[in-house]
Amino acid sequence: MTLLGAHRTARTPLDRAPVGAKLVGLALLGVAVVATRGVPAALVLLGLAVGAAAVAALPPRPTLRGLLPVLVTALLAGAYQAWARGWGPAVEVVADLLTLVLGAAVVTATTPADRLLDALARAARPLRRVGVPPDLVALAVALVLRSVPEIARTVHEVRDAARARGAERDPRVWLTPAVLRVVGRARDLGEALAARGIVD
Amino acid sequence: MIELDGAVVTAYAPGEARRGAARVVTLLGPVTATLTERRVAVVGANGSGKSTLARLLNGLTLPSAGSVRVDGLDTARDGAAVRRRVGFLFTDPDAQVVMPTPVEDVALSLRRLGVPARERDARAREALGRVGLASRADLPVRALSGGQRQLLALAAVLATEPAVLVCDEPTTLLDLRWRRVVDGLLADLPQQVVQVTHDLDAAARADRVLVVDGGRVVHDGAPGAALDAYRALMAVEPA
Repeated sequence: MTLLGAHRTARTPLDRAPVGAKLVGLALLGVAVVATRGVPAALVLLGLAVGAAAVAALPPRPTLRGLLPVLVTALLAGAYQAWARGWGPAVEVVADLLTLVLGAAVVTATTPADRLLDALARAARPLRRVGVPPDLVALAVALVLRSVPEIARTVHEVRDAARARGAERDPRVWLTPAVLRVVGRARDLGEALAARGIVD
Repeated sequence: MIELDGAVVTAYAPGEARRGAARVVTLLGPVTATLTERRVAVVGANGSGKSTLARLLNGLTLPSAGSVRVDGLDTARDGAAVRRRVGFLFTDPDAQVVMPTPVEDVALSLRRLGVPARERDARAREALGRVGLASRADLPVRALSGGQRQLLALAAVLATEPAVLVCDEPTTLLDLRWRRVVDGLLADLPQQVVQVTHDLDAAARADRVLVVDGGRVVHDGAPGAALDAYRALMAVEPA
């Protein structure tokens, strides 16, 4: 199960909500996360994101599994904050990261990529004045969302390969091939887009 | 009609740029040929240059010398127009499929054509129906088998109604059953199809076969003689 970039067909209120409203909601959530300080505010915002995930009927177990890499990263960042600044900032960092990723997951899971592209292209229209094609901006954002699960899957495959050779504890053994494969996939993807004339 | 006129593809030899005198190696050519047949197969050993030849045809690779024209359009000058006429199917559908679900991926191709949003979904489903994937339109791409993913890649290319379809080993990663399905679909297409392949049965069904070896077209003609020449080449132990 992947968390971001994985739209599924369902009929919840969030699936029916306008794409623009969901993107504005996500942006507001991001601003609130950055603008507010303190553990209670961070927990309230996390509660909002969890509530949205519940309304969107994201399946709990696969969603938790998808959140696991983010959770590990958040806990590492939290551990550093606990050591450097105390428990309050540590809880805040963990809650903020989970809130943002869960919020993004709700938007991508409840919005077909085609509609997301349309909304992003509309939002990027003013950039045309400075010579930036809005469709390309929209595609770039959609590809970033798509890339998150792709990268997670690549890392998982490379770690499996390292584990099969009894070397999973040494990060150098899987990190280098994982980076090389991600870069290679990005090049292949660019080539495929060029072949389909999508970036012409 | 595809015209290759003395087309050459070169590249810098890897690892030599640091020494200040990078050596240029010829990957392909010169190739001169006019392809008018409906079904053209390209066969050759691994690394012989057949994929490079395929990539020349829709401007993914540009010739270092000579020219490639499709219906009079030069791939170097009119790249975007050439790609509108020439669809390209890769070996690995995972490299080609971009969106999370089949219907969205085909819709992405239609977006390029400027098809209005309200029509895209229906047309994408129609294109998927033509390759037998109508019931899989809303599934995550990851839930499709390798064969279904290749059909999806084909649907995404055909949705734009190209005049020519170039396929780079489209069945190499597929089992026999899916190979037959993809071969059957390719055989029924009204478009001109240029197919790079290791499948000699598929090559034997073509109207014309180009045999590529060491970056050169060493045989060009009817399937019988061309495939005999290819078998004779392959009888020699690899270096």
